[in-house]
Amino acid sequence: MNLFADQLLVLVMLINLVMLGTSRLIFSIRAVAVQGVILGILPGLIHPFSTHLATITAVIILAKGVAIPYLINEAVRKAHIRREVEPFIGYVPTLLLGAVFTALSFVFAEQLPLAPEHKDLLFVPASIATLLTGFLLLTTRRKAISQVIGYLVMENGIFLFGLLLSEAMPFMVEAGALLDLLVGIFVMGIVINQISREFSSIDTSRLSALKEE
Amino acid sequence: MFLFLSGDPTLCLLIAATLMALSGVPGLVLHNPVLSQRIATFLFIIAALLGESAVVALLSGYPGAVYQIDWPLPFGQVLISVDHLSTLFLLPLFLVSGCVSVYSLAYWPAREKANAGKLTLFMGLFAASMVMVLMARHGVLFLVAWEVMALSGYFLLTTEQRNSDVQRVGIIYLIATHTGTMALFVTFSLLCGTSGTFLFPAFHSLSQTLPVASVVILTALFGFGGKAGLMPLHFWLPGAHANAPSHVSAMMSGLMLKMGVYGILRTLSFFDGFPVWLGWVIILLGAWSAINGITLAAGQRDLKRLLACSSIENIGIIFIGIGLALVGLQMQTPYLVVCGLFGAFIHIINHALFKSLLFLGSGVLIHAAGTREIDLMGGLARRMPITSPLFLIGSLAICGLPPLNGFVGELFLYVGAITDGIVAPMPVAALVAPVLALVGGLAVITFVKLYGIIFLGTPRSDSATHAHEAPTTMTGPMILLAIACLAAGMAPLLLVNVVTPVVAYYGNLAPPVIAKITGQVPLMPLTIANILLITLIMLIGTLYLRRLRRLPRSQGSTWGCGFLEPTARMQYTGTSFSEMVVNLLEAIVAPKRRRPELAAFIPPVGSRFDYTITETVLDRILTPIFQWTGLAFSYLRRVQHGQINIYVLYIFATLFVLMFWKH
Repeated sequence: MNLFADQLLVLVMLINLVMLGTSRLIFSIRAVAVQGVILGILPGLIHPFSTHLATITAVIILAKGVAIPYLINEAVRKAHIRREVEPFIGYVPTLLLGAVFTALSFVFAEQLPLAPEHKDLLFVPASIATLLTGFLLLTTRRKAISQVIGYLVMENGIFLFGLLLSEAMPFMVEAGALLDLLVGIFVMGIVINQISREFSSIDTSRLSALKEE
Repeated sequence: MFLFLSGDPTLCLLIAATLMALSGVPGLVLHNPVLSQRIATFLFIIAALLGESAVVALLSGYPGAVYQIDWPLPFGQVLISVDHLSTLFLLPLFLVSGCVSVYSLAYWPAREKANAGKLTLFMGLFAASMVMVLMARHGVLFLVAWEVMALSGYFLLTTEQRNSDVQRVGIIYLIATHTGTMALFVTFSLLCGTSGTFLFPAFHSLSQTLPVASVVILTALFGFGGKAGLMPLHFWLPGAHANAPSHVSAMMSGLMLKMGVYGILRTLSFFDGFPVWLGWVIILLGAWSAINGITLAAGQRDLKRLLACSSIENIGIIFIGIGLALVGLQMQTPYLVVCGLFGAFIHIINHALFKSLLFLGSGVLIHAAGTREIDLMGGLARRMPITSPLFLIGSLAICGLPPLNGFVGELFLYVGAITDGIVAPMPVAALVAPVLALVGGLAVITFVKLYGIIFLGTPRSDSATHAHEAPTTMTGPMILLAIACLAAGMAPLLLVNVVTPVVAYYGNLAPPVIAKITGQVPLMPLTIANILLITLIMLIGTLYLRRLRRLPRSQGSTWGCGFLEPTARMQYTGTSFSEMVVNLLEAIVAPKRRRPELAAFIPPVGSRFDYTITETVLDRILTPIFQWTGLAFSYLRRVQHGQINIYVLYIFATLFVLMFWKH
């Protein structure tokens, strides 16, 4: 089972790179949906079956795999945009940076004082790599939608780390985190709409016009 | 009467404080602002009566209970009690706040002013927090009360918050008061570190040889001195007092400044002795404040700013007294201790009385003339027959002239200094006498100018021409304060009797020692002379008036100087009256003059001459420093650029650094 989990984690990291390399927003959203579904399956693979676990799996697949991507998709459709153009750093450099960060996260995970049963798994490096990917997306992309996706990816990374503790983590905490995420996406959706209405574009770099002189 | 209801002065005072604190609540709940303001005033009067009866009981030797509160905060249990030192400050506090509350009914009527509710609420909190400052025997409780006082003071002073001047002085006040509180945090933390608890140490229980003693005293001097308005920490004071509503200025100047004095006295009482330099430093600071304060006052054209600057002078005199007492304690000369403490304590009461009277009077004048510029007033004596003599009483009292109360406090300081000059082998403390004389002289010039320009002559503006007397709700409290000033001046033994237990308690002196030294102060002759003086004035006045009635009269404007068509602009202005003094003391006042180039005998049409008094500490030191600091830090503003991506990058970079910090 653990082998299968590791393979899925590799897939998660590959999806990270896919998102860094693509310019098409719809494709990014689908990728993040797939990543969400994988995250939903993962707890079932590493922990023994329980109703708690089943609920978590169901809720996560629903939220990360279906609901949130749907919401972002709607936002993209309404704002009439298809591509991220002119990111602050180009696709190939970010892709390379993503690879470097993934490698670094392996180095870093080696040095963390982890419990012995977590040592061999890819969970920690994968989670750190995903987190850093999210950061990269947030910093390099210009469109608000891409930033929402970056935020989602980052959250996925945090979730991966939390999986190690899934047994100990009460259901309420996870539900709270998911609710947070959902609300965050809602707020961002509203913000995106407002930005696109106000500036007739969703380029966040225009927001600097709001700064106090 | 009230005392018998509760049976204990401390409880009485606590009830009074609660009543005052809650007095603004009806304004928040009720929809009738006029009614709620009346309720507030009623509560204030009850509280003032309760408080005063408790004060009288305490002064007559009735012991006050000590209350212990086990509060859930992690600072240990809290003690609340009163001793003679607190009583000294409570005495004027209740009198003045009662008067101010009645006064506010007409001065800031809820019917006309929308923010009267806010003002009433914070006025109550302000007065109650001052009572708590005086009664707290626990560092944290003290600081809480102190902060409530400072903040409600801020809200009171920014009542007219739409005015940009008010906003500016509000910010300055806030910065000054919080810088002071910061120093007080150090004081009380160090005290807690030495004694192991936040409770105030017992009288004289800490040794002066402790390594932290000097730091505690210096931070207390900084924190409390700033609140008291001691030079050079006075910079917030003139603006704050000038821009607050007048009755708020009366409370601030008459009472809040004294809380700073109280704080210093309280902190000093913890130690069994003092470093040798301390007394001299306090005398020097006091003398500096007194001379600078009154010089600044002499140059002012703004009525309330002038009064505010004279508060600095009076605080200076109080500090001279405290300094003399400290020097006396170090040199074991009881006459300096007694005279210094008597002078300071009597002046604390007196200043609260006459400065509140003057500030309330200034409110009446501003109400009537619609301006704070004294150069736009004039001729108000004829139009305001009640306010005019009341203001005169206040002015005479503040100059320290007999037969009014201001003289009594200074008399003790003079006696102390002169005795030192006669007795001491190295009479340095005797130099206080000329300083006081100089200050007194300048005060006379200042207040002759103030009274003369405002009340005498002919009106200099339309609004001054149509000035009218204030309603009784405003003049009543002033009459009460003026009577208190007169009574204390005519019967100085009254004041001395009130203050004697405090001096005995604070100076740790036996009553016979005190009686022996106060016996040397000519109090009885002073009383007799005062009575003679009053009789003489009345006699000559009556004779003069009777003669005046018989003589033929001609109408003309004052200072008309025989012109056929004199105008009001030909009169002396306040600026011209004080110009000589200001020129002599230019180093302190530093007036800024902007004059046109004179090419011919007559300057061209439209040329103006501007003359402003600047404030050295604020305008020349602090404001530039803050501006430079602002410039120096302006590069930090580039960090805040509005690019969300880069903001995220900051977090990213921080995370990265933290991840590889240890590895």
